[in-house]
Amino acid sequence: MTTSELSLATAAPIVVRRPGRAKLRRRIAIASMLAPTVLGLLIFFIYPLIASVYYSFTRYDLLSSPQWIGFKNYRFMFGKDPLVWQAARNTLWFVVILVPVRVVCSLALAGLLVRARRASGFWRTLFYLPALVPPVASVVAFVFLFNPGTGPVNQILHWFGIKGPLWFSDPDLAKPSLVLLGIWVVGDIMIIFLAALLDVPSEQYEAASLDGASGWQKVRFVTLPHISPVILFAAITGVIAALQYFTEASVASAVASGKATVGGGSGDILGYPDDSLLTYTQWLYFKGFANYQLGYASAMAVVLFIVAAVFLVLLLRKVKAFNPEGAS
Amino acid sequence: MTRTVLSWVGNRAILIAIGIIFVAPVVFVVLTSLMTSDQALTATLIPHHWEWSNYKNVFDAAPLARWFGNSMMYAVLATVFMLLSSVPAAYVLAKIKFRGSGFLFLCIIVTMLLPPQVTAVPVYVMWSHLGLTGSLWPLILPNLLGDAFSIFLMRQFFMTVPREYVDAARMDGCGEWGALLKVVVPMAKPGIAAAALFMFFQCWNDYYGPLLYTSENAAHWPVAYGLATFRGAHGTNWELTMAMTVLVMTPIVLLFFFAQRIFVEGITVTGIKG
Repeated sequence: MTTSELSLATAAPIVVRRPGRAKLRRRIAIASMLAPTVLGLLIFFIYPLIASVYYSFTRYDLLSSPQWIGFKNYRFMFGKDPLVWQAARNTLWFVVILVPVRVVCSLALAGLLVRARRASGFWRTLFYLPALVPPVASVVAFVFLFNPGTGPVNQILHWFGIKGPLWFSDPDLAKPSLVLLGIWVVGDIMIIFLAALLDVPSEQYEAASLDGASGWQKVRFVTLPHISPVILFAAITGVIAALQYFTEASVASAVASGKATVGGGSGDILGYPDDSLLTYTQWLYFKGFANYQLGYASAMAVVLFIVAAVFLVLLLRKVKAFNPEGAS
Repeated sequence: MTRTVLSWVGNRAILIAIGIIFVAPVVFVVLTSLMTSDQALTATLIPHHWEWSNYKNVFDAAPLARWFGNSMMYAVLATVFMLLSSVPAAYVLAKIKFRGSGFLFLCIIVTMLLPPQVTAVPVYVMWSHLGLTGSLWPLILPNLLGDAFSIFLMRQFFMTVPREYVDAARMDGCGEWGALLKVVVPMAKPGIAAAALFMFFQCWNDYYGPLLYTSENAAHWPVAYGLATFRGAHGTNWELTMAMTVLVMTPIVLLFFFAQRIFVEGITVTGIKG
C-alpha cells in the first residue's frame, strides 16, 4: 500500500492554515503507522500463500532448488500416500466429535454459572483456569493421570472394582482421552457463552413466564435465539482450530510412548498408539520438516487451505465483528 | 418453597461436583510432584514423605534455568515488538477510514484465522536462507511487522474511545501520532494490556513454533517445549516430570490472578457478540 492510496475521503475535519502541507503530514503519519503491518502481511501472508502453491508443484528439499514436477505431489497424496488418509480421518474425527462436545459442555457450564449468581466470579475463575495452562503441561498431566499402571484415574476406578483401560496407549481410546482433556480446558469458550447469556434481557424471561412458558420453552424461545450467533462463532472457530489440531496429539503420542525425541525424530512416536493420534497437520509437519519433502508438504498445505477457507468464508459472512464497517 | 430450596442445593451440588473434577487433575499433579521417586512408581495418591527437593533436583535433570530464560526472552521480546508495531496499526483501523482499509482489515482477519501450517513451508525456507533456523528469532522478529490477532483485539478496544476525543486532539494540532499517544492509548490501556497478556501467554505456551525452529537445538528450547521432551528422557521419574509441569504452569497462573479482570474483559471483547 502506497501513500497515495491512503486517500482520506472521510477523514475528520482539521482546522489548518495550509491545508496542503497538513494533509501531506497526516498522510505520512498514517502511512508510518501502517507500514510495518502492511509489510508484515506481504512477507508473512501474501507471499507465502503464493509460494506454497508454487512449491506444491515442485520437488524441493531445501538443499537444491525447487524442481517442477506438475501434479505429481497431488497424485501421490490422493492415490499413493497411505498415511495421509489415516491422518485426514483422525483430524476429521476431532472436527466431528471434539468440537460439538466442547460447545455443548461449555454452554452447559455457562448455563450453570449464570444461575450461581453471587458466587459466579469464583466459579468462573475456577472453570477458566485450566484453559490457560500451557497445552504441553496439561497434556503431560493428563497422560500421567490416565497412565494405565499408576495413574490416579485407574486407581480410583480400581476402588470401584473396575479394571481401568489403557487410555492414551489404546488406539481406540487415545482420541477420546484427548476429548476429556478438551472438556477440561473448555473455559475459553465458556467465558464467551457466559457473557452472551448475561446479555439476554431479563424482561424477556419475565414476559415468557407471564405467558406461562416452561423452563425448557424459555431456553428454546428466549435464550437460544439470543446466543445462536455466539454458538455459530464457537462452532466455526472450533472447526478451524480442530483442522490444525497438533500440539495435544503430538505431545500425547510422545509422552505416552515414553520415547526420547519429539515430533521431528523417529516415525514410531508419530501418531502413537498405532497412528491413532496422527493428525493431518502432524503428517504435514513430518513430511515437510523431518523428511524435507517440502513440495509435498506444500501440496498438503494447499489442500488444508482450501478446506479451512470454506469455514473462513462462513465465519466472515456470519460474524459482525469481522466486518470492516464501523471504523469511526 | 421446598422446590426452590431443593433446586438451589441442586445447582450448588452440581457446581461443586464439577468443581472438584476440574481441580482434581492439578491436585494429583502437585501431590505426585512431591513424592519420592520410589513412591511415584506405585499406585498411591498421597505422598508418604513430602519430597520438596524434587523441585531442586528437576533443575539438575534438565537445563531448566536456561529454558525458562529462553521462554522469558521469547515472550517478553515478542510482546514488546508486537506493541510497537500493532498499536499504531490498530489505531488506524479503528479510527481512520481510507481507500483499502476494508481490504486491509480483511487480510488481518484472514491471517488471524488461517492455520499457520498453510504458510509454514515458504516462511521456513525464508528463515533458513537468512540462517536463523535453530533459534527463536523466526518466532520473535515477525512481531515487529504486526500481529494479526493483537491488531484485531486492540482495534475492538480502540473503537470504544469516543470520536470527539480523537477529533479534539487532532484540532489541538497533535497530529495522528499525538492523538494516538496522548488520547487513545491512555483511554484504552486495558485493551492494550489484554493484548500484551494474550501475546505473552501465547508465546509462553507455544509448542508448534519452537518445534519447527528449535527442535534440533536444545540450548534454544523454551520451557514448554522442553517439558514435552522431558518425560522421554526421564521416563521412570513421574515425580520430576510433574514437578516440571507445575513449574511451567505457575507463572501463567500467577499472571492470571494479577490481571484477571483485564483478561476476562479481553476475551469477552474478542468473543463477538452477535
